[in-house]
Amino acid sequence: MRLMYFAWVKEKTGIAAEDVELPDSVATVGELIAWLKTRGPEFANAFEQSEVIRAAIDRSHARHDARIGQAREIAFFPPVTGG
Amino acid sequence: MIRVQQEDFDVAAEIARLKEGRSDIGAIVTFTGAVRDKGGAVTEMTLEHYHGMTERELERLEAEANARWKLQASLIVHRTGSLQPGDNIVLVVTASEHRDAAFDAARFLMDHLKTNAPFWKRETGPSGSRWVEAEPGDAIARQRWHQKHAAE
Repeated sequence: MRLMYFAWVKEKTGIAAEDVELPDSVATVGELIAWLKTRGPEFANAFEQSEVIRAAIDRSHARHDARIGQAREIAFFPPVTGG
Repeated sequence: MIRVQQEDFDVAAEIARLKEGRSDIGAIVTFTGAVRDKGGAVTEMTLEHYHGMTERELERLEAEANARWKLQASLIVHRTGSLQPGDNIVLVVTASEHRDAAFDAARFLMDHLKTNAPFWKRETGPSGSRWVEAEPGDAIARQRWHQKHAAE
C-alpha cells in the first residue's frame, strides 16, 4: 500500500511517499496511525497530536474510524489551508 | 471546469472565454483570493497540494454546486507553487440567469474549497517560515450551508 504525507506531516516524517506492507491487525485509519507511531521517533513526533491529522483513502477524505479495506493509497496531512 | 496551475490567471479573459458564443447568461459573479503581506510579516507564500485528490475534490464541489443551483457555467482556478504578496491565489466564477444563484454558488464553492480542497499554505517572512493554520471560522462557514440545507 502506498502512504503519502503532506505539509508538516511530510516534514516531520522526512518522506513524501512510501510503499508499505501493513500488519493484519491494522483495519482502520486510526489503527494505521497507531502503527505508524511505532516506526521510529520521526513518526512518533509527526503523529503525536494524531487528532488534528486528516486522512484520505484513495483520494477521498476519510475519518479515523474509516476502514482501510482494499485501499491502494492513504494520505495523511494537516487541516487544509487553501483558497 | 476546474484548473490547478502555477501560472497567474486573468479574470477578464476567463469571463470572456466563459461567455463566448452564448447569450443565455444574465449574471456572472467572480471571487478572487490574493496573497496578503500581513503588514510586512509575509514576503512569500508557497502552496503545496495533493495532486490527484485536489482535482477530484474541486470537481466534486463544482458538481455539488451545479446540482444545487441552476448555473450556466462555473470555473475554479487555484494556483500552486511560490507566490508573492499581491499575487492571485484562487478564482471562482459562477454564471446563471439571475444573480442569486451565481452569488450563492460562488460563496458555497469558496466555503467548501477552504475546508475540503487539499492545499497547504506556507508563509515566509523576516522572522522565518511557518505552515498556515486552519481558521476555525472556515469550518463554521462551511457548516452553515449544511444547517441551512437541513432547515429547508
